[in-house]
Amino acid sequence: MYTEKVIEEFTNPQNVGELADADGVGEAGSPTCGDTMKIYLKVEGDRIADARFRTFGCAAAIASSSVATRMILGMTLAEAWSLSNAEVLDALGGLPEPKVHCSLLAPDAIRVAINDYRVRRGLEPWERKSCSGGGDCGSCPKKG
Amino acid sequence: MNDLEERTLYMDHAATTFMKPEVLAAMAPYFSEHFGNPSSLYRFAGEPRNGVEAARGQVAAAIGAGPEEIFFTAGGTEADNWAIKGVALANRKHGDHIVTSAIEHHAVLHTCEWLERQGFSVTYLPVDEFGRVDPGDVEEAITDRTILVSAMTANNEIGTIQPVAEIGRVAHDHGVLFHTDAVQAIGAVPIDVDAMNIDLLSLSGHKFYGPKGTGALYIRRGTRVETLIHGGGQERRRRAGTENVPGIVGLGRAIELATADIAGHNRRIASMRDRLVRGILDAIPDSRLNGHPTERLANNANFSFRYVEGESILLLLNARGICASTGSACSSGSLEPSHVLLAIGLPHEEAHGSLRLTLGDANTEDDVDYVLEVLPEVIGRLREISPLTPPSPRVPEAE
Repeated sequence: MYTEKVIEEFTNPQNVGELADADGVGEAGSPTCGDTMKIYLKVEGDRIADARFRTFGCAAAIASSSVATRMILGMTLAEAWSLSNAEVLDALGGLPEPKVHCSLLAPDAIRVAINDYRVRRGLEPWERKSCSGGGDCGSCPKKG
Repeated sequence: MNDLEERTLYMDHAATTFMKPEVLAAMAPYFSEHFGNPSSLYRFAGEPRNGVEAARGQVAAAIGAGPEEIFFTAGGTEADNWAIKGVALANRKHGDHIVTSAIEHHAVLHTCEWLERQGFSVTYLPVDEFGRVDPGDVEEAITDRTILVSAMTANNEIGTIQPVAEIGRVAHDHGVLFHTDAVQAIGAVPIDVDAMNIDLLSLSGHKFYGPKGTGALYIRRGTRVETLIHGGGQERRRRAGTENVPGIVGLGRAIELATADIAGHNRRIASMRDRLVRGILDAIPDSRLNGHPTERLANNANFSFRYVEGESILLLLNARGICASTGSACSSGSLEPSHVLLAIGLPHEEAHGSLRLTLGDANTEDDVDYVLEVLPEVIGRLREISPLTPPSPRVPEAE
C-alpha cells in the first residue's frame, strides 16, 4: 500500500533525534489517530540550519517527519512556514487515502516550532490557521 | 539491521493457515475426476455425494454432533451471519433480544448491529481485563425477551478462552439458545456440543489447515433457524447452492487432522509460545502480554509495547521477513484501535502499540529464536524515534 519512497524513508529515517541547543521546539499531534511529532530547529540568520525530529506513529507519520525535516533545511523561516502537506505528500510519492492526515503532522509541528522561536526572540507569533481535521482543504480524507 | 533477509517467517496463523498436503491430496480427485454434482441422480454423482457426506461425518465427530446437524457454508463469517440472523428471524414471535460480548468478531458484532437496525435489541457484555465474559453477567442480561446468547469460544486477537459451558448452561437455564463462534478454537479447544451446552457453532476451514472459502454451522436438532441462502434443496433444504465439493472434502480431512491429538498439539505449540512470551517480556521493558495468563489459545501471544505504534512494528518486522499482526488504529481502515484491546481496558496508546504473534504447525524453536533476536531491535529502534520514550530510555542496546 505504501510507495517505495515511503518505505525507504520510514526504514532509514533522516534527522531522528533532538537538538540540545534548539532555537525552536514544536510538537503536534493528530486528532484523528493520536500520532505525535516533536521537532527541534536550529536557526542561523533567518534560515533553518538544522532540524531533528522524534515521532510516535505509523510508517506514514515517520516518513513524513523525515522527509519534511530534510525539505526545510536551508529554507527561510517564511518558506518553512508555508510548507504544505501537499508538498510533503509529493515528496513521498503520495500516501494511501486513510494515511493522508499523517502528512499534516510535520507542517503543523514545524509551524509550532517556528512560533516558539519567534516568541523566544520576543517576536509576535505568526497566525496559524487551525486545523480541526476533516475540513475542506483537501488534506484530510473525505468524511463519509 | 538492514541486511536483506530472504527468510519468510509466518507467525500469523490466527489470520489464516497454510493448507496441509494431506488436505490437498484428499481434495485433488474432486476437482476433475469426481466433478459430478452431488444433487444429480446418476451413479457418477455418487462419489462427490459420498465425499460430502464423509466430510459431514468428520466435522460431526470432531465436535460431538450428529452428521445431520452439520451444514456446510462458505466460511466462518457466513456461519456467524446465518446462526444469528437465522435464530433472530425464526424466533421473533418469542422475543427480540440478543446477548453477546463486546469482543466478538465483526462477523458477529456487525450482524448484531444490522439486527438492531431491524428492530432487535442487543446487549454487548463487557469483559474483564483478561477478556473473559462473566457468566453471571449473561444471567443478569437475559430478559423474557431474550432469544439468543452468542459468545465466542476463543478470541481471535488476544486468544482468551471463554467459559463456554457455563455461559451455555446459563442460557439453557432460561430457555435461551446459545451460539458460539468457534472459528479460532477448532483444533485448540476440545469441543463437545452436548457437554458445553452449545446449540449453534460456527467454524472455518482455513483456520485449521484446511481450504479457504469453507466453513460449517452446527445446528442442534430441533433448533428453529431461518434459511438465509434460498435456491436449491442442498443441505437438507437449509442452505442452497451447489456444494463446494473439493472444499468440503478438504474441510473434513483438515478437522480430522486438527482434532486427532489436541492436547499433544497444544503442548508442543504452547511450549514454543511460552518461551517466546518470556523472552520478549524479559528483553523489552515496558511491554505487557494482553489476554489471559492461562485461559488462552496455545498459539496466541499478544503484546503491547509502550511508546511505539503497531503498524511501524509490523513494517520493520516485515523488512526482516516476519509476518505478524496488530490492533493499532493505523492499520485499521477505520482509524480506531482494536475493539478487543479497548474492551479489556487498554488505553488508546497501548492498543496502538500492540502486536499479535500466532504460532502454527510449521513454526520451530529456530523461528522463536529469530523473533527473539529481531523484535527487541525493532522496538528499540522505534523507541529511539518516538518522543514518548522516557528521557533515560530503559531500552536494550540496538546494536
